[in-house]
Amino acid sequence: MSLVGLLLAIPSAAALVLALVPDWRLAARLNVGASAASFLMVLAVVRDPPAAGPLVLIDGLNSIVLVLNGFVVFTTSLFSARYVVHEAATGRLPPLRLRLYHALYQVLAFAMTLALVTNNLGVMWVAIEIATLTTVVVVGLYRTHEAIEAAWKYFMLGSVGIALALFGTILVYVAAQPVVGEGQDGMIWSVLVGKVAAFDPGLINLAFVFLLLGYGTKVGLTPLNAWLPDAHAEGPTPVSAVLSGLLLNVALYAVLRVKMLVAAHPDALAPGPLLMAAGLASLLLAGVMLYRRRDIKRLFAYSSIEHMGLMVFAFGIGGPIANFAGLLHMAMHALTKSAIYFAVGAAAQAKGSQRLSDITGLTQSHPALGWALVAAVAAIMGMPPAGVFMSEFLLVTSTFARMPALGVALAVSLLLGFGALAGKLAGIAFGTPSPDAGPVKVAYGPIFAHLALVFVAGVWLPPAIADALRQAAAALG
Amino acid sequence: MGNLVFDIAHLLAGLQVLVSFLLLYQDRLGALIRVFALQAVLLALSVAWQAYAQDAPHLYVTAAIALIFKVLIIPVALDRMVVRLGIHRQVETVVSVGPTMLAGIGLVGLSLVVMLRVTAGEADALAREDLAFALSVVLLGLLMMITRRNAVSQIIGFMSLENGLILAAAGARGMPLVVEISVAFSVLIAFIVIGSFVFRIRERFDTVDVDALERFRGGRG
Repeated sequence: MSLVGLLLAIPSAAALVLALVPDWRLAARLNVGASAASFLMVLAVVRDPPAAGPLVLIDGLNSIVLVLNGFVVFTTSLFSARYVVHEAATGRLPPLRLRLYHALYQVLAFAMTLALVTNNLGVMWVAIEIATLTTVVVVGLYRTHEAIEAAWKYFMLGSVGIALALFGTILVYVAAQPVVGEGQDGMIWSVLVGKVAAFDPGLINLAFVFLLLGYGTKVGLTPLNAWLPDAHAEGPTPVSAVLSGLLLNVALYAVLRVKMLVAAHPDALAPGPLLMAAGLASLLLAGVMLYRRRDIKRLFAYSSIEHMGLMVFAFGIGGPIANFAGLLHMAMHALTKSAIYFAVGAAAQAKGSQRLSDITGLTQSHPALGWALVAAVAAIMGMPPAGVFMSEFLLVTSTFARMPALGVALAVSLLLGFGALAGKLAGIAFGTPSPDAGPVKVAYGPIFAHLALVFVAGVWLPPAIADALRQAAAALG
Repeated sequence: MGNLVFDIAHLLAGLQVLVSFLLLYQDRLGALIRVFALQAVLLALSVAWQAYAQDAPHLYVTAAIALIFKVLIIPVALDRMVVRLGIHRQVETVVSVGPTMLAGIGLVGLSLVVMLRVTAGEADALAREDLAFALSVVLLGLLMMITRRNAVSQIIGFMSLENGLILAAAGARGMPLVVEISVAFSVLIAFIVIGSFVFRIRERFDTVDVDALERFRGGRG
């Protein structure tokens, strides 16, 4: 079996095993083990990438996302192992549902990996659909009114999104079929990208619009992002971290693959302006919405919409610098936002509530947790020396250099989000501490590991990583 | 012969668009489920016809899947559920039939204009007009999901949308089998997922009206 085959076999085998293990303590440990093994396998695959075949394509772009994905899935499984102890002790999740949760965690990891490594647009669609259905079930796991509502909303909007994306995929095939011929080749991305110039431009345009709308729903682009805050707020916190840090990235990766396809066609519409408009709209909307949040997980979900918008905007501008900034931001946002969710999950367990009004003075009642959260939120706000500052700075300066008017809009939206988070953070971290619900064991390892990476990356980016980002940015065009 | 192939494919696809309109205004759940089954029969027929016309035997499998799942299993299951919930004869408050139908006509016009113009240069006219019909069915399914408040009707709207997708996939000559099977399979998964949710909604609220879900939002930001 090839390395990529093993990479996919680990999570699928783990999902099967976890579905059969009745003891949730053992399951949590197995989950960590499987995620660690997957991460090592990702490193092995990326080190020695196989040649592009009809099924598998490993290039600069997905190598970056794969490594990020493997790492965060692993650290989140560590956080999750602590998180479930508290949820089981308080009886919020009975053993049977924990069994489901652990199995689905690995199914989700499998689906995301499959979406990233595949060379076939149809398989990519199937993988993203599996990931969606899995997260729907996990979001509804607590079975409260709110959780069911969130899952239903996510399911409906997510299904519409994947349906539109499938129609777009079919249109790509219809456009390809007269040139590439019938059969599998019409779905293989690396084949399509080489021959796209001969495709019918109208069909490719239409396909792009459908795929952007479809996968854009999953990225959380305006106006189809109503599912995102609910899904983040009502599901178990480890899944909020995976959703924000990874699943949104996987959907964005799908958008990027399609964008590369369309950009290779000389007569098709330019994908850049569409992406810029969608990104800027999401950024602005989320910036405004951040001010009125009362739920801590919802607050950071809107912040995720903001940052996904920022990335889409960066890739819309294009060119080596903006693409570099977009890719760097993808990595930095994933690491920072999942660290935030780790801290938020622990804080919500400590205070017994997700309401912002119930979580105050965290630096006094839980100093280590409180200051970790302050550092993580400062990082996501784009304060130097965090890596998020680096990518935002690169993006803003390159936008000003090329399109000053858009640069102003971008800077204003970023400041909007900055102000909102600064105000909320003051309440969460300082002031009179709110009463505690009980003692909680915090998994500091994953939080500090992520924060260390983010702050080091802001000061010094290892040459190997900078090179990898630069090459992927060049390939994005 | 060529014309006959065209005419029958168009007849079947056009009938599906017509049935989508029936779905739009049908406000009794029991009848709604049967109309959906009718659309699924038409889908199975048109996929089978495409299999014959394209000489692509694997499409017969897709047709059989549509027939078994969408015509038999799913409508029967939905029907039993609706009866058990005691909402079989319930008249649903559809937003308002007139504007919805007008919007539907607008969407069909839109999809015909868009698809026919965009694919004007294409050689494969069969795929081209099939796609226009398929897009109409997809958009009408979407419209139904938006205008209905009842969870069962939303499920039917979604499945009708999926019918349009399979129609499009079957019309694309030589589209890899992987995709069709996966679509059929995902519909099944989707159904299980939604079904379990509906039952959970019932446990909690004794109703499948999505409005009841919204009421629990109060006070949260």
